[in-house]
Order: sequence, then C-alpha cells, then structure tokens
Amino acid sequence: MTELVEPAAGPPRPRDAGAPVGPGGAPCWCDRCGESVAAGPHEACAAARALEPPRWCASCRRRMKVQVLPSGWSAVCVEHGEIRG
Amino acid sequence: MPEILDQARTQVLENGVGLDEAGVLAVLNLPDEHVPAALQLAHEVRMRWCGPEVEVEGIVSLKTGGCPEDCHFCSQSGLFTSPVRSVWLDIPALVEAAKQTAATGATEFCIVAAVRGPDARLMKQLREGVDAIRAEVDIQVAASLGMLTQEQVDELVEMGVHRYNHNLETCRSYFPNVVTTHSWEERWETLTMVRASGMEVCCGGILGLGETVEQRAEFAAQLAALDPHEVPLNFLNPRPGTPLADRPVVEGRDALRAIAAFRLAMPRTILRYAGGRELTLGDLGTRDGLLGGINAVIVGNYLTTLGRPATDDLKLLDDLKMPVKALSATL
Ligand code: SF4
Ligand SMILES: [Zn+2]
Ligand SMILES: [Zn+2]
Repeated sequence: MTELVEPAAGPPRPRDAGAPVGPGGAPCWCDRCGESVAAGPHEACAAARALEPPRWCASCRRRMKVQVLPSGWSAVCVEHGEIRG
Repeated sequence: MPEILDQARTQVLENGVGLDEAGVLAVLNLPDEHVPAALQLAHEVRMRWCGPEVEVEGIVSLKTGGCPEDCHFCSQSGLFTSPVRSVWLDIPALVEAAKQTAATGATEFCIVAAVRGPDARLMKQLREGVDAIRAEVDIQVAASLGMLTQEQVDELVEMGVHRYNHNLETCRSYFPNVVTTHSWEERWETLTMVRASGMEVCCGGILGLGETVEQRAEFAAQLAALDPHEVPLNFLNPRPGTPLADRPVVEGRDALRAIAAFRLAMPRTILRYAGGRELTLGDLGTRDGLLGGINAVIVGNYLTTLGRPATDDLKLLDDLKMPVKALSATL
C-alpha cells in the first residue's frame, strides 16, 4: 500500500505549474482530462463530469487529491486549495 | 414463450431452484422481443423468493488509489496512468459519510479500501472507524478490503463487521485477461474463509470487461455455486488511463438480459445495482431492472465516480411501491 503514488506517465505539467488561471479568470486546463482547454472542445469531458469529480486543477494542471463521499466530493490542489461538489 | 422461460417458471419460480449455466446462457441469448417476458419472470421470482423490500446501501472509500494490483478496469490501481491519487479518509469524515448514508434510510454502509489485502495500519483505522460509527450511527457496517488471512477474518468478526464484500469480478476462465497480479482462486479462498466465519458473503462482479456471453453465463453459474448473500452487479464504466479505457459500455438491452438471467440463476440472493448503471441503463433502464430481478441499490456516489442523487432512487422506489428494507429486518 503506497500513498501519494504519482503515475509513471501522464500529461506533462506546464513549466509554470501554479500560475494563475487564464485571461478573464477562465480555466486553462480541463479538470477531467488535464489537457489544455484551448486545445479542444472537451465536450465528452464535460458530459462525463456529470458523473465524475474533477481530477486535475483547472488553474495549474496538478492532479488533485479527491475524496468522494456518498453525497458529495472534495478535491484539493496543493497550490489552489479545496473545491467541493 | 421460449422454452427456457417455461422451464424457469416451473424450476425457479415454483420450486426455487436456480437455472444452471446452460439455462442462463439461453436467457442471455433470448431475442430482443422476449426480454420483457424474461424480466417479468425474474421480477416474479424476486417477489416470490425475496419479497418486495429493497435493500439500500451506501459505500465509501477509506483508502483510495495507489493499489499494487492490476485489475484492468480499475482507476485505483497504482500501476496505470489513472488520474486518481492516493488519499485516506479520516475517522470524522467516515462517521459523517455513515450519517449521510443512514439519513437516506439505508441499512448498509460498506467501507472499502483499495488494497491487495489489509495491513495492520488499515485494520487499526477500520477498527477505529467501526467503533466510531457504532457509537453514533444506527447502520450495519460491511467492509471490502481485498484478500484476507484467517486472522484478519476473525478480527473483522470480532469488530462486528456483518458482511464482507469480495468480488470475483468475472468468470474463472476470463479472469486472467483482467487481472494478472493475483488469481481467481485466491479470491475464492478469501470468500471461503468469510463464509466459514459466519459473516455474510457479498460477491459479484463487472459485466462488459470483454467476456463472451458464454463467459457471462459461466460467471453466473460460478456465483450461484458460491451462493452469496448478496451479488453486486456492476457494468463497466471505462476509466481513463486503465487498459479498458476504450471498451464500449454494455448495451442497455444486454444489461437487462443479464439482470434477468442472474436473478433466474440465484432466486434468493440480494441482487444489487452497483456501479455503471447510470451510464448503461439511464433512468428508464434503472426502472426496468428494478422490475426485472434487482432488489437492492447502492445510493449516492461510488468510490471514485458519482451516482444519481439518493433522492432520485428513493423516489423511484416509492413510485414502484417497493419499500426500503428496515434495519430491524436485517438484524
Ligand atoms: S484490488 Fe481492488 S483496488 Fe486494487 S486494482 Fe484491483 S479492483 Fe482496484
Ligand atoms: Zn478534457
Ligand atoms: Zn492548482
């Protein structure tokens, strides 16, 4: 049993991990797939998110620590704090 | 009426004897136009041998992610590039989750950990969690911690865990295609120890892993031979980063065929809707399954994915005039 295992691979992090969100406060990264919001429509991600919590911080693309509970979830980015749903 | 349904009416509905593998396969192969009749018969079987009550359960992950095993459907394996990070739930949050679950009218609360088997730290955390829940919440506690030793089985009994979940996941012949880090037989061994201990056995699996229809029938027959108290039926929800990420979801019609067939194989078991039903069946299919052999639900969220709001399921049960099983009926 290992804690905080980072995946062996996965989308590379941006150099400026921890940078603020994009112009106008819009998120830079898809919180489901971790790819750039600008790179695609992410419609499938948006649909999937109805039944999934976010996994990637939309501001800095860090993988968040996510806890799913019977009637909600919380997701923590070490840089940007906690969000709940 | 297809011959297999005539046979099932006598054998299963009247005599309470489940269909064998060949019978299950015949149900799984029924043409579309006969699926409603199969569901109707499965519903009659459920009402006759289990009654109208529906057992409601909530589940929570005590330890998420970072599992050393390689079950190809699982986003919690540490061996895949899944975005799920390892995280532990603390005791106050666990008790809060049990309270939320009890507030829905659920009688079962299952504490799950993503591990090959529990170590001393996890057993200690579980013991503290079970004690804290029992002090504050009126609910039956179940656990799912992977493969156990006899000592751990004894410890769970002593803690007051009344039911243990350990899924076989798929049939014996297909298992090596899905898991390579442990065997189907190792899982069976844990189930045998759990059964002998007096804890209730909860054992099911996931449909849509790439198994054939014949292997689905094999799985139903193997579960029937185990004769579990409860069978949770999951439908694959393909998870990003896992080897099965690109598999198609099970077609709703095939899922309903499977529900009817599994009920006809196991007339007396608690047949529970578990993960993936939202994706595979949607609202309408969920209703069809409850009228086709299902007599238990997991309400609210799952371990790493979300479910329908519990209130939607409770309203559906109310519409169907299916009472939620009361705690007094489970003791
Ligand atoms: S043992 Fe359980 S948690 Fe671990 S990879 Fe398999 S299904 Fe996932
Ligand atoms: Zn995306
Ligand atoms: Zn962040």
